[in-house]
Amino acid sequence: MIELKDIYKIYGDGEGEIRALDGVSLNISGGEFVAIVGQSGSGKSTCMNIIGCLDVPTSGTYRLNGTDVSTMKDDELAAVRNKMIGFIFQQYNLIPKLTVKENVELPLIYRGMPAKERAKRAMEALEMVGLADRCTKMPSMLSGGQQQRVSIARALAGNPSLLLADEPTGALDSKTGREVLEFLKKLNEQGNTIVMITHDNEIAKEAKRIVRIQDGKIISDEKGRE
Amino acid sequence: MGIKQAFSLALKSLMTSKMRSFLTMLGIIIGVAAVIILVSLVNGFKSDMLTTFEDMGLNLINVNIFARGSNRQVDVEDMYEFAEENSDYIEYISPTVTVQAAPKFGTDTAESTSITGVNEDYVYIQNYELTSGRFLQYMDVQTRQKSCVIGSYLAEEYFDGNPVGQSFKINGSQFDVVGVLEEQADSTEGSADDCIYIPYTLARTLSRMGTVSSYIVYARDKELVDPTITLIKNYLYGIFSSDSAYRVMALAQIVDTVNELMGTLTVILVGIAGISLLVGGIGIMNIMLVSVTERTREIGIRKSIGAKRSAIMSQFVVEAATTSAIGGIIGIVLGIVASIVVCRLMGIGVSISVLSIIVAFGVSAGIGIMFGYFPASKASKLNPIEALRHD
Repeated sequence: MIELKDIYKIYGDGEGEIRALDGVSLNISGGEFVAIVGQSGSGKSTCMNIIGCLDVPTSGTYRLNGTDVSTMKDDELAAVRNKMIGFIFQQYNLIPKLTVKENVELPLIYRGMPAKERAKRAMEALEMVGLADRCTKMPSMLSGGQQQRVSIARALAGNPSLLLADEPTGALDSKTGREVLEFLKKLNEQGNTIVMITHDNEIAKEAKRIVRIQDGKIISDEKGRE
Repeated sequence: MGIKQAFSLALKSLMTSKMRSFLTMLGIIIGVAAVIILVSLVNGFKSDMLTTFEDMGLNLINVNIFARGSNRQVDVEDMYEFAEENSDYIEYISPTVTVQAAPKFGTDTAESTSITGVNEDYVYIQNYELTSGRFLQYMDVQTRQKSCVIGSYLAEEYFDGNPVGQSFKINGSQFDVVGVLEEQADSTEGSADDCIYIPYTLARTLSRMGTVSSYIVYARDKELVDPTITLIKNYLYGIFSSDSAYRVMALAQIVDTVNELMGTLTVILVGIAGISLLVGGIGIMNIMLVSVTERTREIGIRKSIGAKRSAIMSQFVVEAATTSAIGGIIGIVLGIVASIVVCRLMGIGVSISVLSIIVAFGVSAGIGIMFGYFPASKASKLNPIEALRHD
């Protein structure tokens, strides 16, 4: 489903050039749960930005579900993100002045879905994360774990082919973090493809496959838990 | 994202910082209110002025005949005949003969009094009312009766308000007062109330002028003033074969000039008020730029979950347009209320121009879109990765 081939991402040029990604090739199939692990500055965030279609590589090709997205324009990328990718951020990234339900509906709004269907889908997603009863609350009235679950619901609402989690437990205490992680595992078991970016080996171990990145290169690609 | 959603989102974001929204709108509010007030004032002033002119008689046409160096003449009978033939257009006509003389009341001489010779219709032409006695009559004019009608100033000053039946002298001839005109101005010396009307037949002799050189014509209708002028001109041209021998002027033409002048004044004033609208627009742009910076993260989130440039763009443009449109509405209400108050205070008729309201609202909403465009386009071009990193 994800095919990265000889991906380079180079910032600056000449002497000062920084190779954030230095020839990365990676294939991820549907139904996998992959952790991309690396220290800060390793290139894992750049890798996530490219996988998440937030950025395009300097060179190399990236096929998502068979479509080459590496040369797409801004608006085309936005459409791809909207339909195929569900983001789960470390800081939840909910919009504070919208209610929980409105936040979950947001990707569907940008998809141009009619209001009725949108509301139905949003409630279904909230039910999956067990927060349907909080749908009219503002995000600031929820705990960190609950906010992260809202952001998972937002990611799920669009029924994407890929869930992309960037340090999903980074801002949570270990107990809540574990709960979120368990929830991601459950989603994976239900058939969702998940790519998780983290710097924490302990968390990475929970994934089925662990890809380590250092200095913009993949240094290992091994199986995680069974 | 539908326009309805963008609009409710915009309202929500305005409501979150009411003070700021209000201050942002203030420029637009003042601008719109100023446009409406100024247009109302000028309109009110204009219609008051027109009413004044109308009281003076928009139907009036002045005819002056110079006929220098011409041996052809037009006398009163010719003019009467002409008026008679064109009675569809001309309701009244009266010669007006100015007499340069100072009347003597006993031993007093009135220096500033105007003496005019007219016929019996003059009272209808000027729409005069009399407080006592009667106006000159046909027989007075035909038989050159030495009777006269005087203004209220003279009646008070020389006859203790009871002049009918009494007499005074003009150039040694004794005139009997037959009527007193209602006060026209303020009954002071030299005003419209310091006047004497005598039969023109006598005035012609007193002024030592062989012919009557000026007339006042009363058209049957305001609308008929222009064709009547043409008729008179054609008639006089037919006699003198020169258009410099006479002058035919209507009061209505003066009104046209006034209208034109007021139009220019309106443009200037509205232009000045328009500058305030422009400044208001810049205020909106300024605050929208601040808002874009403050909401960088929100924009990043929206873009990362799939908002296209156009969606971000419309969100901010609609917000700017909503701000200025609400400002516009408040300005309109304020402008209408202030117009009514100011017009009342200044004692002029209230006339609020609907057009000015529509234009003011359109311009204010347009300004929002125009000045919201730049910040919105800036927001829509933000890079989602950097925007998400923004605190």
